[in-house]
Amino acid sequence: MIISRLAARPIPLLTGLLIALILPWMIYPPVALDIACWALFAAAVDLLLGFTGLLPFGHAAFWGGSAYVTGLIALHAGLPFPVAVLGGAAAAALLAVPIGYLSARLRGIYFAMVTLAFAQVVYFVANQWRGLTGGENGLQGIPRDLFGIDLSDPFFFYYAGLPFVLAGLLAAWRVVRSPFGRVLVAVRDNPARAQALGYPVARYKLLAFVLSAGLSGLAGGLFAIGHGFASLDEVYWTTSGQVVMMVVLGGIGTLWGGAFGAALIVELNDYLATAGFQEIGLVTGTIFVIIVLVFRRGVWGTVRDALRARAARAVPAPGPDPGTPHDETPGTPTAPADEVPTRPAR
Amino acid sequence: MLRIEDLSAWYGEARVLRGVSLEIAEGEIVTLVGRNGAGKTTLLRCVMGLHGAGGARAAGTIGFLGANVARLPVHRRVRRGLGYVPDDRGVYATLTVEENLTLPPVVGPRPWSLDQVYETFPRLRERRRSPGTKLSGGEQQMLALARVLRMGARLLLCDEPTEGLSPLIVQQIGAILRDVKRQGVTVLLVEQNVHFAATVADRHYLLAEGRIVRSLDNDEVRAREHELLEHLGI
Repeated sequence: MIISRLAARPIPLLTGLLIALILPWMIYPPVALDIACWALFAAAVDLLLGFTGLLPFGHAAFWGGSAYVTGLIALHAGLPFPVAVLGGAAAAALLAVPIGYLSARLRGIYFAMVTLAFAQVVYFVANQWRGLTGGENGLQGIPRDLFGIDLSDPFFFYYAGLPFVLAGLLAAWRVVRSPFGRVLVAVRDNPARAQALGYPVARYKLLAFVLSAGLSGLAGGLFAIGHGFASLDEVYWTTSGQVVMMVVLGGIGTLWGGAFGAALIVELNDYLATAGFQEIGLVTGTIFVIIVLVFRRGVWGTVRDALRARAARAVPAPGPDPGTPHDETPGTPTAPADEVPTRPAR
Repeated sequence: MLRIEDLSAWYGEARVLRGVSLEIAEGEIVTLVGRNGAGKTTLLRCVMGLHGAGGARAAGTIGFLGANVARLPVHRRVRRGLGYVPDDRGVYATLTVEENLTLPPVVGPRPWSLDQVYETFPRLRERRRSPGTKLSGGEQQMLALARVLRMGARLLLCDEPTEGLSPLIVQQIGAILRDVKRQGVTVLLVEQNVHFAATVADRHYLLAEGRIVRSLDNDEVRAREHELLEHLGI
């Protein structure tokens, strides 16, 4: 089922895979890994923002929480990095259960504020519990062990970590295309209606929240292993903000748009930092404003819609009648041109 | 099948329902007629459990299939076989017709298959790949009805299914409701169109100022149509 669905759209899929594979040849490999990690993080946040209609403003708790747990497992248990990363992801998902339980009943700004508050609690715990987290110094020297294989070269580590990112993205894609994902969209569009159709809305939101946190944790854990350290930056609220910004730049509800947003911001940050530019936020902020004004559905969303509109024009709809959407005459077998879906399944 | 006893509902301080009691037997089509603001929609929302947010509350017994469901959350009532067709039709604009049909879970012992749905609603088959936004009012109404039938709901609560539709579509919906009844589904219909109500329903309750003021059969409705219309302000 998954394979047949994937095979149905080979060109975008192969292009994406190809870019993922050649990325460390094109740019500095540690930056390539950052992009991959942030891309997964953004997709995880889009699962909530775009597909469940919840704006999370505290996902740093899961990204950073997992970074610490992953680091601790790798440092103290000496386990191979995949085990550490998966352990970090599981811890993030576990942490999301109580936070999600208390926040998923809320909507809009209230949900954003409560998740932010919880993330700040995680930040303060990480800051205060110096014995465990290293406080302001963070966890340093996290090893990248994989059964004795030397992964110290970031170029090789990128390829060791990439399968986790791809698996996470595949999982997110699978979720939004599943019946479960459709219910999430129903919850997003109208929670009361979804309830009246027999779905326990709060439970679905909680499940989406935990899934999203788990995927964020996967990304955060890999990020910590990739950098060899986990610091307070990872649990700070700006991380929560940055990932939301990536999703908005790429396009909310597009899933892959976040990857684009991640690439843009990470690469831009790296470029400006390397060039010795001090006010990076000024540039990224300006670009953010411009993109939000020009591309109302994000870059990916706008380009995708334009391509679809073009494809729709190239293949005219069958039937002689261009269609009147409010035609109430029953039984007239028209297939109007307006049948071209404005928003077909992703 | 449905037995409501002493149901009252409030929006803040305003009391909208004042001790409503009514009963519907299995396989019946019963309409609830009344003026705007009489509490018809509130009554349906109370049965579904949708009345209760933002200062709204309700009290009373709602017996469905022998059990009081008044304290159950909405989705559990649905799982017991209550199907709601809201006045705004509740069609998901971002989903296609077929996705709208297959979205909800199957809750009853006799869910309609997609084929059965398309046989009864041929228009929906033609439009099955159209997004919800591209449907006409009549098509949306049919989709909303078809969706709860596909879930296998045992009691349909339909809120003004004929509102704003052309006479031809109204006729079609009437035919469909009679067909639905033949298949053993019970229907509670909120309706302002007294004439339509008399053609599809077995019995009628007249609701005024939050109370059931009269129970009528079809002959009475036909005989006193003018009086009723006057009462309803139509």
